[in-house]
Amino acid sequence: MTVKGSRRRTPGGFRRGVRRNLTAYGFLCGALICFAFFSWYPMVREILLSFQQTNFVDDPTWVGLDNFRTVIEDSAFVDAWLNTAAFTGLALVFGYVVPFVAAIVLNELRHAKAYLRFVVYLPVMLPPAVGVLLFKWFYDPGAGLFNQILDLAHIPALSWLDSADTALISLVIVSTWMNLGTGTLIYLAALQSIPGELYEAAELDGAGLFKRVWHVTIPQTKLILLVMLLLQIVATMQVFIEPYLLTGGGPENATLTVAYLMYQYAFNFGDFGAGGALGLMLMVVLMVFSAFYLRISRDNQS
Amino acid sequence: MKPRNLSMLLAAGIVLTAAGCGSDSGSAKPADTKPGTAAADAPVTITVGCQPPKSNPLERTAWDEDVAAFQKLHPNITIESKDAFPCINPDTFQAKLAGGTMEDVFYVYFTDIQKIVAAGQAADISPYVSGVTKLGDLRPDVMSVFKSGEKTYGLPRTNYSTGLVYNRKLFTQAGLDPDTPPKTWAEVQAAAKKIAGLGPGYVGFGEYSAGNTGGWHFTASLYGRGGEMVGPDGKTAAFNSPEGKAVLENLKQMRWTDNSMGAKQLLQWEDLMRMMGGGKLGMMIGAPDVVQSVNNDFKGKFDDYGVAALPEAKASLSGGDGYMFNPKATPEQIKAGLLWLEFHELTPDQGQFNYERNKSQGRPVGLPTPDLYGDAAPGKQIVETRKKFATVPVEHFAPYAEASTTIQNKIEPPRAQELYAILDVAMSAVLTRQDADIDKLLADAEAKANKVLAKSS
Repeated sequence: MTVKGSRRRTPGGFRRGVRRNLTAYGFLCGALICFAFFSWYPMVREILLSFQQTNFVDDPTWVGLDNFRTVIEDSAFVDAWLNTAAFTGLALVFGYVVPFVAAIVLNELRHAKAYLRFVVYLPVMLPPAVGVLLFKWFYDPGAGLFNQILDLAHIPALSWLDSADTALISLVIVSTWMNLGTGTLIYLAALQSIPGELYEAAELDGAGLFKRVWHVTIPQTKLILLVMLLLQIVATMQVFIEPYLLTGGGPENATLTVAYLMYQYAFNFGDFGAGGALGLMLMVVLMVFSAFYLRISRDNQS
Repeated sequence: MKPRNLSMLLAAGIVLTAAGCGSDSGSAKPADTKPGTAAADAPVTITVGCQPPKSNPLERTAWDEDVAAFQKLHPNITIESKDAFPCINPDTFQAKLAGGTMEDVFYVYFTDIQKIVAAGQAADISPYVSGVTKLGDLRPDVMSVFKSGEKTYGLPRTNYSTGLVYNRKLFTQAGLDPDTPPKTWAEVQAAAKKIAGLGPGYVGFGEYSAGNTGGWHFTASLYGRGGEMVGPDGKTAAFNSPEGKAVLENLKQMRWTDNSMGAKQLLQWEDLMRMMGGGKLGMMIGAPDVVQSVNNDFKGKFDDYGVAALPEAKASLSGGDGYMFNPKATPEQIKAGLLWLEFHELTPDQGQFNYERNKSQGRPVGLPTPDLYGDAAPGKQIVETRKKFATVPVEHFAPYAEASTTIQNKIEPPRAQELYAILDVAMSAVLTRQDADIDKLLADAEAKANKVLAKSS
């Protein structure tokens, strides 16, 4: 976003530069106003809210760190963070590897490429609530699709969402499936930017698929892999819709995540201050990962 | 990419703060009232929530007719109806308050009233309620839901206590007599076993265990057995008791020994009603409004269901809904709102109790709810007209109706939602884990609940 004219420090030069880019600034304004309203203002309000007690009728009162104390003393607090960390970790294992492999496979295909790309991307077009509720039916311990398949293979039925041992991983599977298309498409774009000569050279040297992936694909897409890793962490740590719609945080708090606990505080317990405090904590953690991300993308640009 | 990243970063905060937006302008009010005008018939406009939505044309027409009739009686009052479906959504309640768009007379569930009162989000209407002529006839236990100390904060629209909803068709199929529903938990257990025995997919008894509904139904069962959620001082949990243990043990037995509760658990509010409507669920804890909902929204048929008293009931958790007042409403608006509520919600043969009209519109008449007056004169009159214009098989609900006159209604505990969230853990444990240790679950829940209750001071 460097404006050419602004490099000259003279006021006249600056003004000329602005004038020349007036249309661009005009377009930018709309976006900036939207972000100010819908992203930045709520963020500032949330930070304020986490130090206040409010009923939205009277003026809020400042309570210092009371809200933070409330959530930290809650026995569900540790559960929520551990579950969120476990979800994020598992989502990385699945959600990171599966789309990458899918992209490599798609990239290697010679026929029906466009069609299969469309098929992989299709689930992204489902509204998230529909996708999640579809899985609720798949997971049904009685007549659900997954247990029917297990039955065909003579494997005993699983409890999926109905057991504290498998509930979290079941949510990870839903999440992976819903985000598969986007991840695959991004990886595919990265793969296609790799010069074909590299593969040709590798093939001439007698490299098979695995060696080509290891020695060409991964080194060439290292940066995008790193960026996706950070984006994935930031996105999955905010997991809410899956536990909200599928498990209500259960069984026995096994799928209670930080975002879900935040929702509980704000909307079920009516304690917006405590919800805000929890939100702020999550935001700080996410900021660390975002800082890494910004750093990497800046290094890349320069 | 930069702003996108930022927006992702902030998404967590947005959930919360969207509601917070504009709280500073919360004082903005519709400028159509003239506060301070003392004349009794000065023009006043009130906004009232829970007008039936356009998708429900019969009820909406009835409401609009009632508004017109009321305004004819009180030409100085203008009612601006606000529709919504559902009438209240906890997610938007705070946002409406913060944004200054909360109705002057707003709709609430019993479950939320004490929370709203404690947060100072409703007006104290005590100085004005004496004008409501039927106030003295309303059931004291129902009115207590709207009270805090000596102060009154609202009026009821419907009231019901919890009973046992059952599928008569399945009872017959399983060789049970639908006219003699279970009276004890042992009988519930036996009946559930028979119904589950009908084949795969049949569930004898269904129960909630997620999204705070598990804790809510634990409370209903506990009250039924004569137990208490909190001690008399309201500061300590009292559910770690023989009654609390009995609730969980009974469920554990039905789930794991009898296999009569189905494999699918973590059920929430709608799930059981969907199962009831689907015709494969035998019994659940609920009130006649469940049957209404199953009939209207979940493809069940009125004739197939019955409601009995909660087994062995010593007391019953009461539910329902009503109206409270915006804390920023003027005295004139509050007085006008009370006149409307009395007209539409509290007068026999009028408004919601206009059973003759309901019947002519083809709406179901005859369910033994709402029950606002008990045995008081208006209550008798309501029951009489309801019987006269009944369109549903009233005998299916007779056991419930008979019991509700003798069983004590009990309101929800303080910090209800927090306690329910805590007890969801115990309920989900018993229903998803065969080796669940009930003593430990109750002791853990008690320790957590005590922490929450200690903060209530």
